[in-house]
Amino acid sequence: MIRLYTRRLWINRVNMSMAVLTTIIGVFIVGWILWTTLHYGWSAVHPHIFTQDTPPPGSSGGGLRNAFVGSLILLAIAVVIGTPVGVLAGTWLGEFAAKNRLGVIVRFLNDILLSAPSIVIGLFVYAILVNPAGHFSAFSGGVALALILIPVIVRTTDETLRLIPNSLREAAIALGASYWKVVAKITWRAASTGILTGVILGTARISGETAPLLFTALNNQYYSSNIWHPIANLPIVIFQFAMSPYSNWQQMAWVGAFVAIVFILVLSIGARALFKRSHLLE
Amino acid sequence: MTRKVVDPAAVSENEFAKEAKSSFADFFFRKSTGFFALLVAMVLIAILVSLGLEAWPALRNFGWKFLITTTWDPVSNQFGALVFITGTLVTSAIAIVLAIPVSFGIALFISELSPRWLRGPISAVIELLAAIPSIIYGMWGLLVFAPWFGNLEPWINDHLGAIPGVGLLFRGPPIGIGVLTAGIVLSIMIIPFISSVMRDVFMLTPATLKESAYALGGTTWEVTRFVTLPFTRTAVTGGIFLGLGRALGETMAVTFIIGNANSLNSSLLLPGASIASVIANEFTEATTHLYKSSLLALGLILFLITFVVLALAKLLLLHLESRLEGRKS
Repeated sequence: MIRLYTRRLWINRVNMSMAVLTTIIGVFIVGWILWTTLHYGWSAVHPHIFTQDTPPPGSSGGGLRNAFVGSLILLAIAVVIGTPVGVLAGTWLGEFAAKNRLGVIVRFLNDILLSAPSIVIGLFVYAILVNPAGHFSAFSGGVALALILIPVIVRTTDETLRLIPNSLREAAIALGASYWKVVAKITWRAASTGILTGVILGTARISGETAPLLFTALNNQYYSSNIWHPIANLPIVIFQFAMSPYSNWQQMAWVGAFVAIVFILVLSIGARALFKRSHLLE
Repeated sequence: MTRKVVDPAAVSENEFAKEAKSSFADFFFRKSTGFFALLVAMVLIAILVSLGLEAWPALRNFGWKFLITTTWDPVSNQFGALVFITGTLVTSAIAIVLAIPVSFGIALFISELSPRWLRGPISAVIELLAAIPSIIYGMWGLLVFAPWFGNLEPWINDHLGAIPGVGLLFRGPPIGIGVLTAGIVLSIMIIPFISSVMRDVFMLTPATLKESAYALGGTTWEVTRFVTLPFTRTAVTGGIFLGLGRALGETMAVTFIIGNANSLNSSLLLPGASIASVIANEFTEATTHLYKSSLLALGLILFLITFVVLALAKLLLLHLESRLEGRKS
């Protein structure tokens, strides 16, 4: 009896120690990756990184200005296309299809799109935009990123709207407001923090996406702000530079990774803080 | 922001005059938002159709043989997908095998062991793994992890490689990069997805169920093993499939680390290639029509595999949701 009891206690102890150990491993790996990026990136940061364009292979100096500008342009295209489409689709799900069957199907497909491989999205945009046009362009890259952003926004909009208490809507309808006014002036306002959080988190996610840009925005060694031409962008420059044998390029890739990580962390933490504040107020 | 006080009277003030118009406006609003929702749902179908059309020349040319031949020769225009399908499946299998116990441990720690104040921070740190872009995993994997792991590989060679049978998988030059390294980095990338699903469903297990098992004298492990896990089994499986779906389609990290060798090797320590990595590497260089079409056919295969896995994941996850809702009402 006693032996059985100690045995059970020991099994419990061993398994619980494994749980603690795996958590420590997880936290350690996060620290390892972040530390590496920040360490290598920070040690190579230089003011000319932000003022000069990408250098030719094997040369020294140069910067990432064209890649930063290109990435911001791509993000802007994606957010401008993705936000209205995502918010409207999410509104339909949250307001008109909270319980019906079509809503269940659309939500299901949206969730699959949310996890679909980004390289397939890139191939799709290549097939519908790049191939017919005959050339790569920043616009098609922005569309590819928008397709990754949209399901994130759809989901958060839908979830936030469904959390808004019905009494708010009923109060407005009882006063004679038409339904679209109720949505536009009351539920959207009440849900604005949640929707904004979704947009920011989605932007954080697409700002590091590389695979969908490989065959859409391509890359550009020079500065360009023309959205109908290939454009330099941070993820692909990091890819190209990190894989290269030139130490100047590799160092620059670390700087790029450093800037990307900081950008993404600021967006994610900002979104979390925003979300938390809105919940604290309630 | 959310607590902006809405004055209902102000909203409705001008509404009477517009009432006639508003029913049309309502109709229009409903239909236009519905249009965008269907548009989003249609994207998946559009992906399937467009990739299918683009892949058709290759599929017609090679037929079913495309799936089971290993030749990938752009010079003589002969293409087969087997090397890459195997690469994708093997790296994902390694990833899932490694990620399941680690994710389970993390979820168990957060839901059962962690003091309340530590729950939030630990969850946030683990979820950071999901926020780090794939390209940074790739760089870290290639320039930091692979050299470090290369030092371990002689040991793997000597010990795991010595096992008869299975040992064949663990013999090879200690170069760091390869199928095994790619699988390990993939496992790190999918841990946050699996562990957050596990954590959420563990926390959703009704307290009365757990408490009755504790009252009978069960240890934390026994309660987890015999109460929490059986209750959440389908959702946990769903979370694992979600992670698998992510691993199958992961591109940049694998492209960096797998070594990009278009051949089938018996050892996991040797370089290989996956569907996603070969598309990423070769697509912009594909000059002939058939070459490009074959790469798009690979994309179609990848899309179909991940679609099935993700759909299964979603169905399994919905199962627990509906069960919990049934309990509430």
